[in-house]
Amino acid sequence: MNLVLTEEQEELRASVRRFLNDRSPMSRVRQVIETPEGYDRALWDRMAADLSLQGMAVPDTWGGAGFGQVEMSIVMEELGRALVPSPFLASAVLASNALLALDDEDAKRELLPSIADGRTIATLAAAEDGGGWDGTEVATTAALDGEGWRLHGTKTLVVDGLNADLLVVVARAGDELGFFIVEGDAPYLNRTKLAGLDLARQLASLEFSGTAARRLVSEYAAGALSRALDLSSVALAAEQLGGLEHCLDTSVDYAKARAQFGRPIGSFQAVKHLCADMHVAMELARSVLRYAAWAADEAPEELPAAAALARAYCSEAFFKVAADTIQVHGGIGFIWEHDAHLYYRRAKSSELLIGGPVQVREQLAQRLGV
Amino acid sequence: MPEALNDFRNRARAWLGANAPRRSDDDATGVPRRWDLDSARAFQAELHDAGLAGIAWPTAYGGQGMTPAEQRAFDEEARDFDLPGEFFSIGMGMCGPTILDLGTEEQKARYIRPLLRGEEVWCQLFSEPGAGSDVASLQTRAVKDGDGWLVSGQKVWTSVARYADFGALIARTDPDRPKHDGITMFVVDMHAPGVTVRPLRDMTGGATFNEVFFDGVRVPDRNVVGEVDGGWAASIRMLMHERVSIGGSTRPRRGATFGSLSKLARSRGMDGDPVVRQRLAELYVRERAVHLFGTRLAQEARHGRNPGSRGSVGKLAGAELARFSAGVAAELLGGDAIAWDSTDREAARWAAAVLSAPAAAIAGGSNEVQRNIIGERVLGLPKEPQVDRDVPFRELRVGTQAGASRQ
Repeated sequence: MNLVLTEEQEELRASVRRFLNDRSPMSRVRQVIETPEGYDRALWDRMAADLSLQGMAVPDTWGGAGFGQVEMSIVMEELGRALVPSPFLASAVLASNALLALDDEDAKRELLPSIADGRTIATLAAAEDGGGWDGTEVATTAALDGEGWRLHGTKTLVVDGLNADLLVVVARAGDELGFFIVEGDAPYLNRTKLAGLDLARQLASLEFSGTAARRLVSEYAAGALSRALDLSSVALAAEQLGGLEHCLDTSVDYAKARAQFGRPIGSFQAVKHLCADMHVAMELARSVLRYAAWAADEAPEELPAAAALARAYCSEAFFKVAADTIQVHGGIGFIWEHDAHLYYRRAKSSELLIGGPVQVREQLAQRLGV
Repeated sequence: MPEALNDFRNRARAWLGANAPRRSDDDATGVPRRWDLDSARAFQAELHDAGLAGIAWPTAYGGQGMTPAEQRAFDEEARDFDLPGEFFSIGMGMCGPTILDLGTEEQKARYIRPLLRGEEVWCQLFSEPGAGSDVASLQTRAVKDGDGWLVSGQKVWTSVARYADFGALIARTDPDRPKHDGITMFVVDMHAPGVTVRPLRDMTGGATFNEVFFDGVRVPDRNVVGEVDGGWAASIRMLMHERVSIGGSTRPRRGATFGSLSKLARSRGMDGDPVVRQRLAELYVRERAVHLFGTRLAQEARHGRNPGSRGSVGKLAGAELARFSAGVAAELLGGDAIAWDSTDREAARWAAAVLSAPAAAIAGGSNEVQRNIIGERVLGLPKEPQVDRDVPFRELRVGTQAGASRQ
């Protein structure tokens, strides 16, 4: 097991952080989240052109940079730290992981290169109202008519569903679970932007009413979905760790700078101990995340439990630290103009995105053989 | 030519397999086999003869002169065995390393080898009834007497004092200086006239700790560790060794663990209960997070990054885990956690897990002290204003000392 990053990996982190400091400072994030599309296309293009971020974990045969999940987690950590509003989770993580987990070599050759270089924005439509993400209760159906597959049903919590050029949809074809590709602007597809807790991440519902779709080859779709979600869970946990780190840093800075009763509030044990507990949460979250990312690359048999572990720990830790960040800031932390609520919103939203804590713990218990 | 790491690991594994008792998995509560002092000493001497004690300690004083990498390899191999750590962990984890850091040539030559061979057991004499978290307010005095010192006072919370041959003692040598400045560290002979050890019965009913009384005990000058009146720096050094040895441990936990409690849930037919499953998963997450942090700290140390005050993170998280896991154990046991057949040893051990959990949050620096350390030394937050820092010790109101009339 290796939980320490190499020098090259630390350099990757430094360059991503520098890039985001320059091109996506908080003032810019504030502007971007007010726009209808909710992300910055120019930044997205530079992420691909300058740093190849979107294709970080896509093998080079399909136009990616060919790195692993450790590198991907570094990128996600930095995106989470800077709260960058972008379809990265949707396209580079969820949709890419789904395509990579399938057995459809033609689709990979055809679709992955343009996703890896950022030209195409893709997303994964898996969740449904009343059902989880894991594909056990999929009500969306796929049926063949004379011209091909047609989808009926409704998907929800589709990350960047409105921005996506390409949708990877999980649907039931008779008794079988399957993956389908739908063009973002296909006829008989109704896309609705949802009002959301997280202002920096757009979620949509998708209504399919006889939408034309292409079926992807998958020998064992449930297994592929599970693997795709496990890898995406590790990436999301990394993003949560990054958000947590930002919250810890700003809390400590504020506790040093803000004075009440004639001294910095960070000298009072009540505030100091809150910050110390945040630091403990950060150190443990980082350890868990490094392990899960290592397992994703080097110990695939450990990935299912490791992914659930990382999601469980990082979700709880990030939300706790985000909430305590508001507490350390006091009244100013509750103001719209202060960034604390953006991270608080992100923390709660991410905690519940790919299955909430109760589902994740049950999944973990199953995977541990309890 | 030095032995390759893998060869060393194989040698350690082979020796342990042939000579050390295995940890037993049958015992759900995982209470280790109890060593008595004689067998523990004999084992430790054999371990040293085999070149497996003091692995990263200098050869000049009886160590093996290898690196922390070999020590970690040994620790990893030793996980599956019950070694007699309880008698020697204070000496090996705290007193020995501090003497190596600060001791005189004579002290290193005299004390280290017998310590490593288990011939001499060590204890640490810091805490006092009036000096707990604020250990610098200690009142035990060492008064100059010819070529030595006369020590009088009381220490408390002293592990293994009953078995100890030597103790690392801090005492006040100059009460006219501020409290941190007038302290000196000594090596004290626990068999000297005037030393009285009394077991301290704790809330579990057991007596891990002791009270130690000093009544005019003579300690020669050559037993001063570090500088006269420079004992505070020596104490900090020793406490850092302590936190690293507690918090940086990657040894699997015993007692109320995810593994033992999953077994318990299964044996009671509770493992299908969704609430029980949630609690077990939660326990796994916390336990694994603490363990992975310890592993990461050790790996970072291997890459040359000193854990320093971050040992406090593991110590604090471990203490919180102990309380949480004891709580899960009690939830699963229900009524059996509060009353059991008096011959049921397993039930008694679960109760012991509940009763011993508070100790983890106090011993070796309370959770609050750890949070101060993390806040101040890791995060750089300012200290609280200290009213007693620059005042001569004798004017302070501490312990049984009334202090000056000043406010």
